[in-house]
Amino acid sequence: MSDKYTDHKGRPIIVVTGMGAVTSLGQGIEDNWQALTSGTSGIHKVKRFSTEGLSTHIAGTVDFMQPEEISAPGISYAMADSTTEEALTTAGYGRDGFPGPLYFAAPPVELEWQHRFDLMARSDTGEPGYERLLASAREHKQEKMHDLIQLGTIAFQLAEKFGTKGLPISLSTACASGATAIQQGIEAIRRGDTDAALCVASDGSVTAEGLIRFSLLSALTTQNDIPEKASKPFSKDRDGFVMSEGSAALVLETLEHATNRGAKVLGVVRGVGEKADSFHRTRSSPDGFPVITAISAALEDAGVTAEEVDYVNAHGTSTPENDRMEYNSLHAVFGDHIHDIPISSNKSMIGHTLTAGGAVEAVFSFLTMHNGVIPPTINYDNPDPDIPLDVVPNKKRDASVSTILSNSFGFGGQNACLVFGREAA
Amino acid sequence: MAANNHEVWITGIGLVSCFGEGAELHWNTLGGTKAPAPIIDTEVVAPYAVHPLPEMDWSVQIPRRGDQRQMENWQRLGTYTAGLALEDAGLKENEELCASMDLVVAAGGGERDIETDNSIMQDAMSSNDREKLILDRLPSDLRPTLFLAQLSNLLAGNISIVHKVTGSSRTYMGEEAAGVTAIENAVSRIASGQSTHLLVGGSYNADRPDALLPHELGHFLYRGKGEGIHERQANGGGMRMGSVGAFLVLEEAEHAKKRGAKPYAKLSGVASDLGSRDKDKSSSRLSGMADKLDLTENGPDAVVSGATGVSDATSIEFEFLKQQFGDGLATRAYGTEIGQPLEANFPAGVALAALALKHDGFYPPFEDGENPAPQSVSKILVTAIGHFCGEGMAVIEKA
Repeated sequence: MSDKYTDHKGRPIIVVTGMGAVTSLGQGIEDNWQALTSGTSGIHKVKRFSTEGLSTHIAGTVDFMQPEEISAPGISYAMADSTTEEALTTAGYGRDGFPGPLYFAAPPVELEWQHRFDLMARSDTGEPGYERLLASAREHKQEKMHDLIQLGTIAFQLAEKFGTKGLPISLSTACASGATAIQQGIEAIRRGDTDAALCVASDGSVTAEGLIRFSLLSALTTQNDIPEKASKPFSKDRDGFVMSEGSAALVLETLEHATNRGAKVLGVVRGVGEKADSFHRTRSSPDGFPVITAISAALEDAGVTAEEVDYVNAHGTSTPENDRMEYNSLHAVFGDHIHDIPISSNKSMIGHTLTAGGAVEAVFSFLTMHNGVIPPTINYDNPDPDIPLDVVPNKKRDASVSTILSNSFGFGGQNACLVFGREAA
Repeated sequence: MAANNHEVWITGIGLVSCFGEGAELHWNTLGGTKAPAPIIDTEVVAPYAVHPLPEMDWSVQIPRRGDQRQMENWQRLGTYTAGLALEDAGLKENEELCASMDLVVAAGGGERDIETDNSIMQDAMSSNDREKLILDRLPSDLRPTLFLAQLSNLLAGNISIVHKVTGSSRTYMGEEAAGVTAIENAVSRIASGQSTHLLVGGSYNADRPDALLPHELGHFLYRGKGEGIHERQANGGGMRMGSVGAFLVLEEAEHAKKRGAKPYAKLSGVASDLGSRDKDKSSSRLSGMADKLDLTENGPDAVVSGATGVSDATSIEFEFLKQQFGDGLATRAYGTEIGQPLEANFPAGVALAALALKHDGFYPPFEDGENPAPQSVSKILVTAIGHFCGEGMAVIEKA
């Protein structure tokens, strides 16, 4: 293997050759990028179900797909199918299969209320409740419903349809899942297990119960009046995230593999860092140690100094705690230099796509470098004085960006940070 | 480039099943001359039979009551069993090695609030606006922290919090395949030098109607009582779910030697695949996996089988084993004894194989129709053929 194909640690250089995205802003890379750079919000009043009496009525639902069924697994699959197809097409992989494994960041799926009521209606046996649900299932086999709510199903179906190799991995690291899917691809390629990996993430789990659960944890914004203004990362009056849906897919392969097959390189995956937090189920260690460690590890892994990072794609959820913690941790790693680096949150426009977030934002990061345009943090009308960052407020900015740090943090102490480059270093 | 030649040792086992807790307890119970009658509860989720959770004193491994309260039983079971594995490996409360230890958990979805669900379904019978009913009831009836007991990755989160395992943390999902991919990934990382010590496993709580429902939808549950995996096949087959926690400490051999840790066994290789359950295609995939594990020339001395009891998958597996390795192979379908623990199935099989190798023995037949154990066993094949898809195999050998 020649030097031009290996990185500073002698490992194969990993590039991205295909990408796909679906968010509340639209289907496909083009629509998303157009909306993202024009500062458009995809957040709206929820139409899928009634929100009467709830404290949050808004979300970034994806209402334009045609899923087989309107349910978390149904919508998640439809989006994942779309982004995978787009990514493989861009990468030049046809229907002959993909020469590597699938890493799928899978949404939480389970039986939903519509399914329970459907089962209840099919039987009179036993007391209403689980007794009757089980009786109903005994009396009438529900193969489709069974398949739908197995946690591995979406990945199994994607693997079979698109012909990826072997047993796919369905994973969850909560709101860091999208980044973890990419991390798994990086690690597999570096191990020499494969020359290429398909990394997909999808989350279509905005249901009434989903919204209520996050509300009960006080995680969501209640600024319902003007939905498109509700997600305001780094603003003083931010009060929670907006629950959203989306999917992204990325084709990772070694530079050598991409070069040999004449594929166009869209960007370079330079490094990844991870550190778990043992402090609390939903909150980060007050000293920021795990996040600081994850960021530092990502830079070290990528062989990049803090000075070389010229844009940060923030986790930036718009919760009071996350944005402050993210700033403090970045400041600890970058020092005052962080105040000179543009940093924006795509979530100001697309909300928090949860399981899909890290992958969606990775796709947007590659577009940022490729187009030389930084998408803004919109709704930045009331800066938080404690977070003195250049958040690329409200309007996109033309800039030559060659190295990006992208952060993802999740409940359960999950912290995963990725470093991307425009060209092979 | 990765070398992929580091030897992977199993240096700690945590195991909880209907028989009780601890690796040694399981060897003492299952490894004698005659297999025990399985412990089966026909009341906890009647009319189904399950291998129930044994009586547990959670505070032994989860000392803070606040931590216990934040979990439901599948998480308590997993967190508890992870603690047993760490203790067994001599790593519990070793702050430095836990802080650098990687964590891979095979997890399903969490548990529901049965009382709340049942009550809403009862009220729904007389409601003409069910959407409104849900909106009225859930915000007040759901415990705010229940969500955290439902997120798949929060088992890993709880293990980090309670046992301070924080090197890295990934949760794999997808029923039996979750356990297979978790162990396969763990082994690859250690073999390639990406990790030196790692905690991997899963847990499953069968004692709940909401856990059984997804399987009954596909008619995968066995409707009879105490029949073993083989015997069940005459009655149409099916799964009898079992509450199990199974965690392993995997360690790069040199890393273990340096700290004076003894291995149960070495994990020589893992293979997995996915495809249609057409009989010929499945067989050829299983042969391919055996080939990848170098079993074609040198077969295993015995098999610890994760057969679920579901007819299609079980007959495909048993026929493959017979064809590939001959009639006389000693195969132990442990589902007969501890039930089918879904995500924890493969980790439990690997644990049982490692235990036998450490004790220089094997298990007696778990039911009629299983061949007697051979004189000496130094290489065991562990299988996990998912009840509806996904397949895994591991080779465990004397270290």
